[in-house]
Amino acid sequence: MLSMASSPLLVVVTVVVLRNTFQFRASGSTCDILYEAFDRYYRIVFDKFTVRRGKKRLQFVPAAKRLSSLDVAVQNPCERYPSLEMDESYDLSVSQSGATLTAPAIWGALRGLETFSQLIYFSSDGYLQINLTEISDQPRFRWRGILLDTSRHFLPKEIIYQNLDAMAFNKINVFHWHIVDDNSFPYQSRDFPEMSIKGAYDPYTHVYTQGDVSDVIEYARLRGIRVTAEFDTPGHSQSWGNAITYLLTKCYSGGHFNGNYGPIDPTVSTTYQFLDSFIKELSEVFKDHYLHLGGDEVSFDCWKSNPNITDFMKKMGFGSDYSKLENHYMAKLLEIVDRHKTGAVVWQDVIDNGVQLHPDTVVEIWRDKEQAELAKVTASGLRAILSSPWYLDYIGYGEQWESYYKYEPINFNGTDAQKALVIGGEACLWAEYVDSTNVISRLWPRASAVAERLWSPKTVTDMNSASSRIEEHRCRMVRRGINAEPAIGPGFCPYEAYSGGE
Amino acid sequence: MEMRILGVPVTILTIWSISLSSGFITWIAVRLPLEGEVAAPGAPWPLPQQWNTSSRQMTIDPAFNFVFASNLTDCDVLDGAFERYGRWIQLDSAARPHDNLTRVERIDVRVANAAGCTAFPSIDDDESYSLTITGSSTAVLNSPTVWGALRGLETFSQLIYLSDDKKYLINFTSIVDFPRFSYRGLMIDTARHYYPLNTIIRILDAMSWDKLNVLRWHIVDDQSFPYESTTYPNLSFHGAYSAYHVYSQENVTRVIAEARLRGIRVIPEFDAPGHTWSWGKAFPVLLTPCWGNGTQGGPHVPNYPKHGPQEILNPILESTYAFMEGLYEEIVQKFPDDYVHLGMEEVYYACWESNPNISQWMAANNLTHIKQVEAYYIMRLFNITSRLQRPIKRIIWQEPVDNNLAVPKVDTLVEMWKDVTNGASANTTWQEYTLATAQKGYNMILSAPWYLNFISYGQDWKNYYQVEPTNFTANVTLQALLKGGEACVWSEYIDSSNFLSVVWPRASAVAERLWSSRAVTDVNTAQYRLDQQRCRMIRRGVPAKPILNGYCGDYEWDVRPE
Repeated sequence: MLSMASSPLLVVVTVVVLRNTFQFRASGSTCDILYEAFDRYYRIVFDKFTVRRGKKRLQFVPAAKRLSSLDVAVQNPCERYPSLEMDESYDLSVSQSGATLTAPAIWGALRGLETFSQLIYFSSDGYLQINLTEISDQPRFRWRGILLDTSRHFLPKEIIYQNLDAMAFNKINVFHWHIVDDNSFPYQSRDFPEMSIKGAYDPYTHVYTQGDVSDVIEYARLRGIRVTAEFDTPGHSQSWGNAITYLLTKCYSGGHFNGNYGPIDPTVSTTYQFLDSFIKELSEVFKDHYLHLGGDEVSFDCWKSNPNITDFMKKMGFGSDYSKLENHYMAKLLEIVDRHKTGAVVWQDVIDNGVQLHPDTVVEIWRDKEQAELAKVTASGLRAILSSPWYLDYIGYGEQWESYYKYEPINFNGTDAQKALVIGGEACLWAEYVDSTNVISRLWPRASAVAERLWSPKTVTDMNSASSRIEEHRCRMVRRGINAEPAIGPGFCPYEAYSGGE
Repeated sequence: MEMRILGVPVTILTIWSISLSSGFITWIAVRLPLEGEVAAPGAPWPLPQQWNTSSRQMTIDPAFNFVFASNLTDCDVLDGAFERYGRWIQLDSAARPHDNLTRVERIDVRVANAAGCTAFPSIDDDESYSLTITGSSTAVLNSPTVWGALRGLETFSQLIYLSDDKKYLINFTSIVDFPRFSYRGLMIDTARHYYPLNTIIRILDAMSWDKLNVLRWHIVDDQSFPYESTTYPNLSFHGAYSAYHVYSQENVTRVIAEARLRGIRVIPEFDAPGHTWSWGKAFPVLLTPCWGNGTQGGPHVPNYPKHGPQEILNPILESTYAFMEGLYEEIVQKFPDDYVHLGMEEVYYACWESNPNISQWMAANNLTHIKQVEAYYIMRLFNITSRLQRPIKRIIWQEPVDNNLAVPKVDTLVEMWKDVTNGASANTTWQEYTLATAQKGYNMILSAPWYLNFISYGQDWKNYYQVEPTNFTANVTLQALLKGGEACVWSEYIDSSNFLSVVWPRASAVAERLWSSRAVTDVNTAQYRLDQQRCRMIRRGVPAKPILNGYCGDYEWDVRPE
């Protein structure tokens, strides 16, 4: 994606990058994140490029025309985990005397290494080349996420890894893991293991064990990606009730329990005792400060049918306003989350229903009329992230990425302070019709359009430039093993996607 | 419980509860319960014409104690099938035969006519078969031809399923089956994007699981010319995307051979006179220079974005026809099928009309309308393809017939592709077009409702499934002119990165429509069998996408190491 300030020289001068002489060197702070990244990018730069072109006899390249190293200077000590506050800025210089990458934090070094790897290309005479380049770069938004839904369909860990790779190639920094929902509960809880035994599609094969979860978090950490898990309540929680039998509201018809369950029952203390223990576990398992609490699409029908809830409404003086009941639930949930020193993200429904939120809550906007909603949320002083324009599960014929790309996230009347509260956005891939068979090609490179909108300056809007770069980028992803689909119509990649088989 | 079912299939539910080889689709029952009848495990797709099943079960030990036998020996089609199905019936390396059930230890494949062992499949083939698994340790598959035997082996493989404790099961079954239509195709486009050979072979695999029998290979187009011709090697040398994006003679031979082993015909299309921009890279003289809008700009003025400066053959030069004769002599030697697709759609009249040489030629030949030029081209191509060393039959897209041009009816199939739903027609439906073509007396195949490249959110397979191909008329004589259909996958936005998951199991819906009885129309009941089929495909190595929330037993598509 386009950098903040990129000044290609008028006369393009290139130097050659040779596999046997090039090295990454650390000249500042070091840590496992940096060394792992060196190893990754060395393979990315050299491995796939040489697969096909090996037949060509290369001429000797004099040292003066070789790039022998990239010196990476991380100025501050490495942080262990990426966070919302992480510094992702970096400066990259490729000159004839050498290449340097300077970043205040390790996270910026990761972004700079990705950029460096993208600058290297294959010349017509068989060499890996890089143009002399000066780049100074930083993201426009600090929350740049992808939502994957592992409840409607289970995604094997390897597929999640592949997506984390692709996210790193696109400088996406949040994996919003919509891990459970009505349909299934694949999270194998440390303290409530029966939840996945009874709630997963398959209790052995379709679960994320504690080991799996920490593997995913680690894989993401090494790429500078936060893992923000979502445990959506009080709606979207049918699969929870299989094991926690007292948790869901019993629905009534004709004065009798009709066998169906609704949202979590917000009127009983057992609910909050369970949530306190469960949130405590989640705050320990998931390393990110933020936990997504959901709160969307709560249907009041079942609550209305249940006589105990009717009594509770009376007792609390809520009248017939069930959003007050939802408010009651969310307030108690937020209290619990707060007690466990965890930050909260909620879907916009929570604020639309008038729930009072803690000031450090992040509100995710997903419905339409999103700009008015952004104005409303930020006017109340809350931070917002936006996903309405980027529901990538809604597929259509042709170049959908263009509309994702053209969307300007901040387009409402408001103060500068309000606009500063819009901290980013997410591309959402709900999984009703998505699983491991198609998640990669459906997400990429359409999500790359969202990634550039969230990283690059507001002024970067030239569709012609974006068109050719997104196709080059999708071929780059293909070469790196990500089966990104064609972006701009007929054409080809030098290295075509592998679809398995012989 | 045993029940005989004729014509209209009904599944008889047995003692199954959970089966690991099945798929599971779900919806949140409280809000939106799924309709339709849940299929028993081991339910075949496409649905056989007669399927008698029973709750009585046998078991099978495919890994260690199962034999494919046949009255034919040294038949590569059967040998290849036995190898493939020997693999595909092994559903899980941990699965074992059931201890207390009789084992099916052998399938006897009895083929009446051995001709297919030394021939290629054709449109006239008898693909019928009967299959019985009735308690004996030998299952019996009878077919008049090896092609029918292939269809029967596919069905047999689909009947095998696993219990929840991973025991192999197969129900007592008796099937009599035959296709409703003889032409059941999938069109791939290797010009907009190139598919590596391994992708094409996986496409052939998946086609065979759906009993599709024609790979319609739209091999070249405006964008690229990947076919490496022996007569005109410069076509791909200059017209392919790169030296790596070509189908060599060996590649084509391999595709045809792999297709034959699966009972699939390969029908190439060298689309002309339009859609030939890439041909001009090597042979500019083939193409008509377009003169802008006819009055200004001179030659070689493109009409972007729809048309380039030249992309349509020059119909007035003898050299064009000499070239085409040379090309088709090669094509009919290379591609063994009786049919070749000549293209002939979307002729760009404006270019021909703009060119003063064509105007002069028309005047000299007393032609007054540009359609007469098109008719002339068609006449020449039909003449050329009639006197080749190996005479062939032809498929063309519908336009020449729409334009009332003199297209011979004998040995011609007209492909009906226009419809309001695929943007090819403003008001006229495919039914109206098809009726008009039928009334002119042409044999036809239908693809208009099955343009699978047009993707949309949700369960569009239901639309494909619910098409009744003969509902353009009540006249059975006219209906009989329709020989089948094909799903088209134009590849503007499709390549090897997404082909398999975009196309399957949506193509499976078309496949059942073309194979199974007309009476098989319940889409809600079909969804459970379709989900089994998509999970079956995943197990066999094709990433067919989900049709609804759910999962495939204990098995999901995963990243495989390269």
